[in-house]
Amino acid sequence: MAQTGRPLSPHLQVYKWQVQMASSILHRVTGIILAVGSLLIVWGLAALAAGQDAFATFSACAASPFGTIVMIGWTLVFFYHLCNGIRHLVQDTGKGYAIESFVRSSWMAIIVSIVLTVAVWAYVLTGSHA
Amino acid sequence: MSKDLRNPLARARGLGSAKEGVGHWMTQRLTALALVFLTLWFVITVLGLMHADYATARATIAKPWNAVLLIALIVTMFKHAVLGLQVVIEDYVHTRWLEMTSLVLIKFIAVLAALTGVLAVLRIALGS
Repeated sequence: MAQTGRPLSPHLQVYKWQVQMASSILHRVTGIILAVGSLLIVWGLAALAAGQDAFATFSACAASPFGTIVMIGWTLVFFYHLCNGIRHLVQDTGKGYAIESFVRSSWMAIIVSIVLTVAVWAYVLTGSHA
Repeated sequence: MSKDLRNPLARARGLGSAKEGVGHWMTQRLTALALVFLTLWFVITVLGLMHADYATARATIAKPWNAVLLIALIVTMFKHAVLGLQVVIEDYVHTRWLEMTSLVLIKFIAVLAALTGVLAVLRIALGS
């Protein structure tokens, strides 16, 4: 924060918590995480192009406990940013700004992203398709 | 009737302190819309390859349609990421030199990462 000496307006702590606060800041946080995650996607592709040994290293990292946690986390973060992103695209058309629907769509983005993450990882971990 | 004979669009273009009008805003939305489809395709493709061996994974990425969509994903994803990170940095980093350094750095990293990703897909697709 630049030290301008100007008076400051009341900050976050004076407001009652509302879900829209969470959905808004989470969109930025998940966006930053996905930006970092995109580097991991490039790593995977570069390893696939480099050859079998490099890809084996990448696969081993991805399959390790830490790698699995990262991927599950990435899935949740991705689905949240996707759901809330679609919500924002709809709002860009001027719809969904009534308080009631604004709150409802915030909760929907959060809940749907959790449901999709659970569904994807249930599919992966049950391994019936392997 | 307006005295300004210019087309309204001509007046609206290039507004704002950076003279780029709604370019940033619109590009952020267009890339977002593209990424809705590209990322869902990507997740489904990766899920299909989850337990695949090296040769299968390579052969799948090498298919022309997959290679094209993957390159589109890489370019769009990094463009979208830079636009988003730029807003976050502009909003929260108030020390000027740090702000400028971060803004330049994310662009450099994004371009290098995107080129690396595209080259990787081309190597796989062209089989070298």
